[in-house]
Amino acid sequence: MEGAFYTLQDFMMHSKSVTYVLMVAVLFAFIYYWRFLTDRDEPEEQAKPHGHEH
Amino acid sequence: MSDMAKAEPRPLFTVFNVVAAVIVLQGLVLTVWRFAGGLGAVTHLSDYYPWGLWIGFDLLCGVALAAGGFVTSAAVYIFGLKKYHSAVRPAILTGFLGYALVVLALNYDVGRPWRLPYPFVMSQGTTSLLFEVAACVALYLTVLFIEFSPAAMEWLGIKRARMIVLKLTMILTIFGVVLSTLHQSSLGALFLIAPAKLHPLWYSVYLPLYFFISAIIAGLSMVIFEGALTARAFGYKMDEEHRAHKDEVTLGFGKAASWVLFGYLVIKIIGVAMDDEWSLLATGWGLWFLVELLGFVALPSYLFAIGVREKNLKLIRITAGLTVLGIVLNRLNICLIAFNWHLPLSLKYIPAWQEVGTTLFIVMVGVLCFRFIVTRMPILYAHPDYPEEH
Repeated sequence: MEGAFYTLQDFMMHSKSVTYVLMVAVLFAFIYYWRFLTDRDEPEEQAKPHGHEH
Repeated sequence: MSDMAKAEPRPLFTVFNVVAAVIVLQGLVLTVWRFAGGLGAVTHLSDYYPWGLWIGFDLLCGVALAAGGFVTSAAVYIFGLKKYHSAVRPAILTGFLGYALVVLALNYDVGRPWRLPYPFVMSQGTTSLLFEVAACVALYLTVLFIEFSPAAMEWLGIKRARMIVLKLTMILTIFGVVLSTLHQSSLGALFLIAPAKLHPLWYSVYLPLYFFISAIIAGLSMVIFEGALTARAFGYKMDEEHRAHKDEVTLGFGKAASWVLFGYLVIKIIGVAMDDEWSLLATGWGLWFLVELLGFVALPSYLFAIGVREKNLKLIRITAGLTVLGIVLNRLNICLIAFNWHLPLSLKYIPAWQEVGTTLFIVMVGVLCFRFIVTRMPILYAHPDYPEEH
């Protein structure tokens, strides 16, 4: 821990602030990672006719 | 059509058979030793460590790695991903054997195994997490047995009962998902009562969530890893459908594993942030935590993604093995290594050789049962008498 926390309020304020900032970064990271994971997928699923069997 | 009928008889004295025989024989001796001499005769358990390798590996890892059954059947029957259908039976079989071996290992681990049914018939401790775990494992083992039974019935030619069980597929799948969600997370929740014993980097109020998400990862990875081993050892049993879909299963499950691993990495980091444990990362325990997090979560996630992007099946299969190792490491860290972390080394738990021998015995029993079933029952091929099987 970087400094002393004298109250639970202080601790929650600090840790939640860091977490909220992280979460914003994570939201962008998820989009980037999904694109990285799928951008070479073959477009066969989109190209399939809608009324296919199975 | 399958070419299983052409399988030629294999020699009895192969390297595998000899090794298996040695492991089984020593296991039988250890079994007599365990039940004649009690836990103290064959384990290094103590008041500090009331559980050891049999719980840490056989139970915690066994349950996590057997998650492929519910993951695959949910993907195919609930989410409608029929292209992975060929993976369902091997995954259900692995799950069934995994849970059966967990229960077998539990008989070795608990002091008085004949009291295992007590939570159901004598004293229902409904406020206990262990009661929930016991109930879910018992019920899910039953569900897995029923889900697996059509393969056995096809082998034995029991047609009417097979039809009845097949009609229950959807309800059994839903039941399996519910039970797995409950007990996979509850196994993590068990450690919530030990905040002073488990190292803060591994202890988190999110432990139930970590256990559940990592069980999904374990299930996906095991389907890939075990599929690769099965194809190598029993490829001659596979029919055209299984051969054709093998690579598709590897790619699809690899992509799913990469995505879930990424999410797992994120919630692990969020856990560190919520408890403000950043400074602990610079300690020796922190480095070990980072080895687990970066080496066995972040790295596999990235490698799976590379494997999927480049359609590199070999990389995906190797990564699946790495991920399975990571799950084992995580469970051992929580259950044994980072547990009682403040104790001096002299008081730390190191498994006795008898415990290791018994674990090897239990794993080998599973492998032999798997081989017995796969070489006889329609697991890797569609039975010719049941062409309607989709």
